[in-house]
Amino acid sequence: MLSKVAERLYWAARYMERVENTARLVGVYDKLLFDLPRDVNISWYSLVELNSVADLFSERYQIRSEHNVVKFMLADDSNPSSMLSSLHMLRENIRTSRDVLPVESWEYINELYLYAVNNIRLGINRSKRHEFLDQIVSRCQMLYGLFSSTMSHDAPWQFIKLGRNLERADMTTRIVDAGASALLAANGDANINLRKVVWTNVLLSASAYTSYRRSVRLSVAGPYVASYLLEDEYFPRSVASCLTQLRISAGKLPHCDKVVELIKKVDPGSHPIESESDLGLELREFLNDLQIALSHLGNRIAQTWFPA
Amino acid sequence: MTMDWKSYDPNGFFDELVSHDGSIRPPAKQLVTYLESLPPEEIESRRQMAEATIQEMGVSFTVYTDEGTIDRAWPFDIVPRTISARQWRTTAAGLTQRLKALNLFIDDLYHDQKILKDGIVPEEIITKSKNFRPECVGINPPLGVWAHICGTDLVRDGDGEFYVLEDNLRVPSGVSYMLENRAITKRVLPELFEQDDILPVNDYCSNLFDTLQSLSPRKVRTPVIVVLTPGIFNSAYFEHTFLAQQMGVELVEGSDLVVGDDDCVYMRTISGLERVDVIYRRIDDLFLDPEVFQKDSVLGVPGLMRAWQKGKVALANAPGAGVADDKVVYAYVPEIIRYYLNEEPILKNVETYLCEDPEQRAYVLENLDKLVVKPANESGGYGMLVGPHSTKKDQAQFAKLIQENPRNYIAQPTLSLSTAPTLVEQGRLEPRHLDLRPFILQGKDTFVTTGGLTRVAMKKGSLVVNSSQGGGSKDTWIVEDGEE
Repeated sequence: MLSKVAERLYWAARYMERVENTARLVGVYDKLLFDLPRDVNISWYSLVELNSVADLFSERYQIRSEHNVVKFMLADDSNPSSMLSSLHMLRENIRTSRDVLPVESWEYINELYLYAVNNIRLGINRSKRHEFLDQIVSRCQMLYGLFSSTMSHDAPWQFIKLGRNLERADMTTRIVDAGASALLAANGDANINLRKVVWTNVLLSASAYTSYRRSVRLSVAGPYVASYLLEDEYFPRSVASCLTQLRISAGKLPHCDKVVELIKKVDPGSHPIESESDLGLELREFLNDLQIALSHLGNRIAQTWFPA
Repeated sequence: MTMDWKSYDPNGFFDELVSHDGSIRPPAKQLVTYLESLPPEEIESRRQMAEATIQEMGVSFTVYTDEGTIDRAWPFDIVPRTISARQWRTTAAGLTQRLKALNLFIDDLYHDQKILKDGIVPEEIITKSKNFRPECVGINPPLGVWAHICGTDLVRDGDGEFYVLEDNLRVPSGVSYMLENRAITKRVLPELFEQDDILPVNDYCSNLFDTLQSLSPRKVRTPVIVVLTPGIFNSAYFEHTFLAQQMGVELVEGSDLVVGDDDCVYMRTISGLERVDVIYRRIDDLFLDPEVFQKDSVLGVPGLMRAWQKGKVALANAPGAGVADDKVVYAYVPEIIRYYLNEEPILKNVETYLCEDPEQRAYVLENLDKLVVKPANESGGYGMLVGPHSTKKDQAQFAKLIQENPRNYIAQPTLSLSTAPTLVEQGRLEPRHLDLRPFILQGKDTFVTTGGLTRVAMKKGSLVVNSSQGGGSKDTWIVEDGEE
């Protein structure tokens, strides 16, 4: 398999995950913000912070309004992680690796892209936002389903899995971090009720709420939620589960030893979280280290399989 | 739709479906009966369905404009063009004969040049040709074949006979559109495939694969074959991905390949360097290897010519094959066939005036308003003068060009290109001019596509069928109509 094609598939999968995550996140905030008490420091702007694009946002906009944030996150082509930017990159990567993908991929991605571009106003305005985001998420799922069920599970498929799981693990650390930072900003005097609202939001953002309820069977509280999203071995969006998938996929590729070794060294359970007091600055630093480790892992993947 | 074929007027041209007395030609009978059974709104809905299918399938081609490149949907007319299988068998035999002779000719030019010494083809035509490559002299490509993939443009004149307009031996394109046209028609007019005896076209990719495989320098069970594309901005990029996908081979760009110290070609894969045996290259000779040709080419692979000269890799088509893809050489093809094969040409050439020859040049200069003047080495319909549609100013400009560089121009009478019913506004069928590009393969075996790509000039009266200049296309049906 050509290195260049491997690289394109890996990036196609990362962008596809970004498109889906962005649509999910905007959808969650859309429902949630109505429920929050006034004193909670979560606003539409938290979406911008969570994606580490605050500087770019302030270059473009003065006001941190819902309209501006949603437009910036979904449609803005000056924001490289906006949904449309990611979708554009996804389409370009598929266009240039069509020869190894199922024949229908190009047709599906064209439909998704045309739908998003032609209906982007539905996403920015509130009245039909749900319907729009729902379409985006389900069309991404359809595309991934096509790959999963009709591609041979050889090298090209493993690169798609690598891209998807690395991107997903990174996003999960950001979502946990958003919860921790919201509570820190409340200066520690957050009441139990507020904490519950925040951590519920964290679970919803990671599409983990019902899975959490079924497998943890404890109340929604910071330490349990953070541990679940970092360490649970069955939930497909937890960092630990993404790392397992990364290890399996990498292990099926040639010259994988160093990559597999590096994956094994990333330990999402090495910062014990037992009580509320473990959710402070130290957790935020730990999450930051995890993000750096994942980024190193991305570099190692590139060096190993797509050297320039 | 009810059609009054008496009022359908091909204006004296040969029509593919309707004969001069308004009766339907045998291969088209079932098609026409079926179309007549559809109400106009149904025809319109099938047309829209074809349009939507093309958008979703992403069948597109790239056009270059001043504002950059645009990806345009493939223009398609839903009414197929029919040809009887009996006539096609003769045509296919003629195409095979032609390509065999051209390959012997190219091989001769790069070795003993017997045909020049025997005075059949004038020597200066070759020595002055832009496409003769001294780098190829003395090289023996696998099987002695230089042009493995050929796209030959055919036109049908007023007498109903096919004439060869040109042979494309460099990087002919269009075959993927031939295949997609059939896929679209099957979705849009599925009922017809149940009743009519329409010969299938879908064996092309597997024949192309076999042809390429037969060229491998390493005699291994699964030689490594790649398609080399100039990249996403090339007008035929869609076709490059299509062919790679259908053959299950890698689509590579120049930067994916490297020539080693052992003169072998390798591609950069996830497991390191992997040897490549056969390259189906879709880039022109001059961009193949910056060490030999254009120094600033970033599309090619440094050292590729060296690898090919040493027989470490096969290139299809071989460099230098374009020497026979020249409108001046074209005029000599009937002689070339007689010389090498000792056979009479099955397919005729269009009458051609060589501007190089003083007498013929004088005739051309006097008749610029009636002739079509073409440069010897351009493709895509660029740089042409279509006499009857030209202004005095155009003619003066071409007279000057011809006198400056006579070797570079030929002229042909304006052809009476055949027509076929084509869907125009308000669901009416009107005659539009068309041509046909079959594809011929030569490796260990030879193969001709069943029919080919029919290109149609969508504008009334126009003879320009190139998709880069507003042409469209039709599915081409070779029909067994029982006639022997």
